[in-house]
Amino acid sequence: MDPMRGSPSPCSSRPPSPRSPVCGEKLSSYVGIEAVLDQLKIKAMKMGFEFNIMVVGQSGLGKSTMVNTLFKSKVWKSSPQGLGGPTPQTLQLQSVTHVIEEKGVKLKLTVTDTPGFGDQINNDKCWDPILGYINEQYERYLQEEILITRQRHIPDTRVHCCVYFVPPTGHCLRPLDIEFLQRLCRAVNVVPVIARADSLTLEEREAFRQRIQHNLKMHRIDVYPQKCFDEEINDKLLNSKIRDRIPFAVVGADREHIVNGRCVLGRKTKWGIVEVENIAHCEFPLLRDLLIRSHLQDLKDITHNVHYENYRVLRLNESHSLPRGPGWVNLSPAPSGCPLLMHKPSKAHRRVQEDSDDD
Amino acid sequence: MASSEVSRHLLFPSHGAMKTPCMPSQMDDEQIQTKDNIRSLTMSGHVGFESLPDQLVNRSIQQGFCFNILCVGETGIGKSTLIDTLFNTNFEDQESSHFYPNVRLKAQTYELQESNVQLKLTIVNTVGFGDQINKEESYQPIVNYIDAQFEAYLQEELKIKRSLFNYHDSRIHVCLYFISPTGHSLKTLDLLTMKILDSKVNIIPVIAKADAISKSELQKFKIKLMSELVSNGVQIYQFPTDDETIAKINSSMNAHLPFAVVGSMDEVKVGNKMVKARQYPWGVVQVENENHCDFIKLREMLICTNMEDLREQTHTRHYELYRRFKLEELGFKDMGTENKPASVQEAYEAKRHEFYGERQKKEDEMKQMFVQRVKEKEVILKEAEKELQAKFEHLKRIHQEERMKLEEKRKLLEEEITAFAKKKATSEIYQNQSFLASGTRKDKDRKNSNFI
Repeated sequence: MDPMRGSPSPCSSRPPSPRSPVCGEKLSSYVGIEAVLDQLKIKAMKMGFEFNIMVVGQSGLGKSTMVNTLFKSKVWKSSPQGLGGPTPQTLQLQSVTHVIEEKGVKLKLTVTDTPGFGDQINNDKCWDPILGYINEQYERYLQEEILITRQRHIPDTRVHCCVYFVPPTGHCLRPLDIEFLQRLCRAVNVVPVIARADSLTLEEREAFRQRIQHNLKMHRIDVYPQKCFDEEINDKLLNSKIRDRIPFAVVGADREHIVNGRCVLGRKTKWGIVEVENIAHCEFPLLRDLLIRSHLQDLKDITHNVHYENYRVLRLNESHSLPRGPGWVNLSPAPSGCPLLMHKPSKAHRRVQEDSDDD
Repeated sequence: MASSEVSRHLLFPSHGAMKTPCMPSQMDDEQIQTKDNIRSLTMSGHVGFESLPDQLVNRSIQQGFCFNILCVGETGIGKSTLIDTLFNTNFEDQESSHFYPNVRLKAQTYELQESNVQLKLTIVNTVGFGDQINKEESYQPIVNYIDAQFEAYLQEELKIKRSLFNYHDSRIHVCLYFISPTGHSLKTLDLLTMKILDSKVNIIPVIAKADAISKSELQKFKIKLMSELVSNGVQIYQFPTDDETIAKINSSMNAHLPFAVVGSMDEVKVGNKMVKARQYPWGVVQVENENHCDFIKLREMLICTNMEDLREQTHTRHYELYRRFKLEELGFKDMGTENKPASVQEAYEAKRHEFYGERQKKEDEMKQMFVQRVKEKEVILKEAEKELQAKFEHLKRIHQEERMKLEEKRKLLEEEITAFAKKKATSEIYQNQSFLASGTRKDKDRKNSNFI
């Protein structure tokens, strides 16, 4: 068990990089390294967790009910405007933040709803506000990260997961769905679900699911869990099982009924009670397990390591691609709500032209 | 049910120009809870996110852990032995020499595994510390090394395409400072080095070779050391006492600092087991016996209880300090003119602009200088040419003159020759004439003689 020596590295201006470590020396007696796991847990419990989820879909698909069912509480105090009043003329994004605690674990949950999505007659570019919101959260994080005096813990408002509600037509994805998914998959983790699945029979659900999977593959839409981020063999197996069932056919309900003596969440109809948490009735438990019980940390990691980094690269590269000289653009922190990626280049071009005209 | 909520309404027209109303500023947790009364949401059933810490732990296990220890101390004080004993592995065999001209740092990385935790351990040793006759520059290589690791991390963080989650973190998480067991007080070199290092790294001072001090002396020594450190303002690492689960043990350990340790990998039979110990004629010093030395305490504190906190302190305090210092040195500020928050991008662009301008200026300057030099050289060369020309002319003239002189002389000579020739001719004629004249006489004489 002769440990291979790393190369001796005298102090120099270039940091000496320790090289060729020994692989997997097993320690013969107790040292105590595994206690670091407990230390991690204690630290995590003290700091609490953050999770930001966004639900997107046309009105009436049961988004708010779904969120209530997921977190077993009335997340939305009152039903958002879309349900009661007239269809809103503009797409509004509404965010709600709650702190929920379970067995000592604190979770700061932020849910963003999008009433008015896809409700207009002309839905062209209806994804812009949503993309703008997502990018704005990235921008906020980036600004905090590049400060000189940074906060100890940067508040994370980036959207970790976007649940997209597909209406249960039974045919295939509509053009609006495809456009939206194509754009959003590049910026955020998207989990598509078949909403109001209690209007489809099991066979219809399967057929619908197959067709949607086919559509996704054809248009090269990479939904969560993305194949390219599977590292370990266990992850691959687990994720491929999940990928088989995407999109989940879900039903949301926040009323309780008595079935066989038990109290269950469900929708009561004249022909029976649809139990939400019964896997034979709908796939809500799968969605809940994916989002909360097993893949929450993974969602956050992919958002931080992949989507946020992509945004950062794009953003930092913008300043380099712009021409130098009297026409270079003032990159002061963008005003809130402005989707940067769409507008920055045009602003730059305009200003360059103005200056060159002056010259 | 759920009492109050914070709702942020963002108005976005669905197409066309984007209106940007002002948004309530981002607030952090405590503020939100006090100002806007986000109260906890009560759930009516089991949701299941209590598994979150486990998800986090699983991810960390997958990624592996990384821990870097710097050992500072004189040669032969027992650094390598202590590390071997701490991690229960024979890392290195060689003893280092005492004759190095200056202090060097040697870093080695090992991968250890205990149950399912993989640890990438890097040990950095100072080689030659305290051996030189003039020790003024002893601490500099150490400081340079620590700064170099911070710099490498900063460079990676500032890259455009970066991969921080894959990055092998080489920043020093803890510095074990080995104090010689003199029993009196801190050496000046130790005090100076610790004072310089305390703002860059977490320092845990240990009294090495503690089997050379008796128990009573040890107590006095510890008190003296701590008071010296405090009076000189050296900030050593304090074990954190903010979390209830570990506050008690940490605060009691804080009182035992600096730890008096003994390191040994040799096993000695004591009773009926083999323990790590050092055998003397007068007894056996057991390493893992709490009555004999503080080794167990050190291992507890360093590895079992506070490894994560050490890493966090390094990242959030020491590294941030370095980063802030470095960026301010480069001229970035958080508040630009008129107290508006300046973006680093802006400052970066401005800097880049400035540097390009400076570079352009320097280029022009150098061009000018070059042109100037060329001109000067030309002038010099021209003068030299002229001089040469003059010399050449001069020489030519001299030659001409000499030639003329020679010509004259030649003429003279020729004249003389012709004159001489003439003279010779005339004299010959005279001679012939006289000869003829005398010739007859001679004949006569001969004839006469014949007759005589």
